[in-house]
Parts: sequence; structure tokens; C-alpha cells
Amino acid sequence: MPALPLDEAGGYVAGAYVVFVALILLYVVIIGSKVARMERELETLNDLADQRDR
Amino acid sequence: MYGKGLRPLAIAAAIATITALGLIFFFAPNDADQGFVQKIFYLHVPMALVAMAGFIAGGVMAIAHLRTGKRSWDMRSYVSIHLSIILGLGVLVTGAIWAKASWGKWWVWDEPMLVSFLIVFLLYCCYQPLRFSIEDPERQARYASVFAITAGAFVPLNFTAVRAAQSFIHPEVLSTTGGNLPGEMWITFLVSLLAMGMLFVTLWKLELTSKHTSDQLRRLRGKLERAAEEAPAERGAPTGQVPVAAGTS
Repeated sequence: MPALPLDEAGGYVAGAYVVFVALILLYVVIIGSKVARMERELETLNDLADQRDR
Repeated sequence: MYGKGLRPLAIAAAIATITALGLIFFFAPNDADQGFVQKIFYLHVPMALVAMAGFIAGGVMAIAHLRTGKRSWDMRSYVSIHLSIILGLGVLVTGAIWAKASWGKWWVWDEPMLVSFLIVFLLYCCYQPLRFSIEDPERQARYASVFAITAGAFVPLNFTAVRAAQSFIHPEVLSTTGGNLPGEMWITFLVSLLAMGMLFVTLWKLELTSKHTSDQLRRLRGKLERAAEEAPAERGAPTGQVPVAAGTS
């Protein structure tokens, strides 16, 4: 197949890189949400420990 | 524990990724045959190599788990395979986009490189269902390790078999003649590979840190629950369950 013109090839190249960025972003967002959940649980446990110390 | 050195590693990975992108789009020349579309090569091939290395690393860590019995090795193996599956998905999608642009088809079934990678990917897609179908944590870790070792041994065998098949369609990057890449393309490829490897290690450490912290929290919660059960009357605290944060599973 002959090489595609730049405007058409650009779409494919952009598509491939966007897929990669989207995968990594999704992964980081999922890890971030887990960290946020752990932070909330840590706060709860901290509050409980404080109540027990009083 | 796992978070040690994560920040400098993340910064280094970000710098390497930006450098690689700069080289890909401003330094490496367009391919004489494929033109601009060949830029996908610098994403697709490093991602495939790092994914396969991750699968093999998962197998090696699984061996360490079976030898030492330490659960931390099983967790390392699990995270390595988990990340490699995500990269593997990226390899299949970017490969399909590249195939459509270069060959006019999204997928070619008679191409050994593509089909064999799909087989490896599907094989590893069985890892998580197998792992989480076993409730006992010890057995779960042991069975997952056996799977990781067996499948990890299959990856280099598969890679070698495909190269032995000597395809005429799919380009070979790491051939004995040096891949026939000009110097600028080789440098760009190597930097892209390094960036992808660093990104993988960064995410691997990030997920391990998250899992380790979650595990520590679970243990702390257990200790507090036990302490609450042992001395409820003295402290005036309600007996039983420790309240759970909103959204906590």
C-alpha cells in the first residue's frame, strides 16, 4: 500500500497515541480513587483511635 | 516500603516520556515507505516489548514466591502481570490502528506476530478469573504463581517461534542485522523503549504502594476491632464493628 497523505496518516497516529494516553489516564484515575478511599478510611480509623484515647 | 524512590522515578519517567515524544515527532525522519504512519512504531513496539518483559518478570517473581513463600513476591508478580495486560490491550489496539493505516485492514489472521500476541494476551486474560475464583489466600497465591510461571515460560517461546516463522508482512525490529533502522530511528526507538520501561516500573511501584497501604489499613482496622472487643466497658466505646468510611469496600 502506498504511504498515506499526512492529513489522513495524522488521524491514525493521533488515534494510536490517544489510546495509549487514555489507558494510562484511566489507570491513574482508578489508582487515585483507591488512594482517596484509603485516605477516608484512615481518617475514620484515626478518629476512632482518638476517641479511645480520650 | 514500596513507595520509596517513587517520586524521583515518576519524574524521571515523565522526562523520558517527553524526550521520547520530542524525538518521535521532531527528530526521527518519516519512513520512506510508510510515511508519517510509521510514528506508531515508536509507541506500539516498545509497549509490546515492555508488556512481554512484564509477563516474564511476573513469572520470575512467581518463582521467588514459590521458593520463599513470601506473599510480597506474589503481589509483585500479580501487579506486573496486571500492568502487562493493560499494556497488551494497548498493543492490540495501536497495532490494529497501524495495520489499518499500513495494510488497509484492522486485523490480519495469517500474520503470526499478531495472532501469537493475541494468544498470549488471551492466555493472561485467564489469570485474574483464575486467581479470584479461589477464596483461600494461600491457595490463591500458589495457583496464581504456577500459572504465572507456566505462562511466563510460554512468552519467550512464543516470541522465538514467531521469529522462526519468518513472516514477510510484519516488520522485524530486533533482527540480527540490526533491524535496518537508520541511526535517528534507532536512537528514537531506544529512548521510547526506555521511557516505556520507566513508565511501567513507576506504575508498578505505584500500584504496589497502593496495595501495600490498603493491606496495612486492613491490618490496623483488625487490630482496632480486636481492641474494641477486648475492652469495651472500660473505655465506654461501643462493642463490635469499627465504622467504615463512605465508599469503602
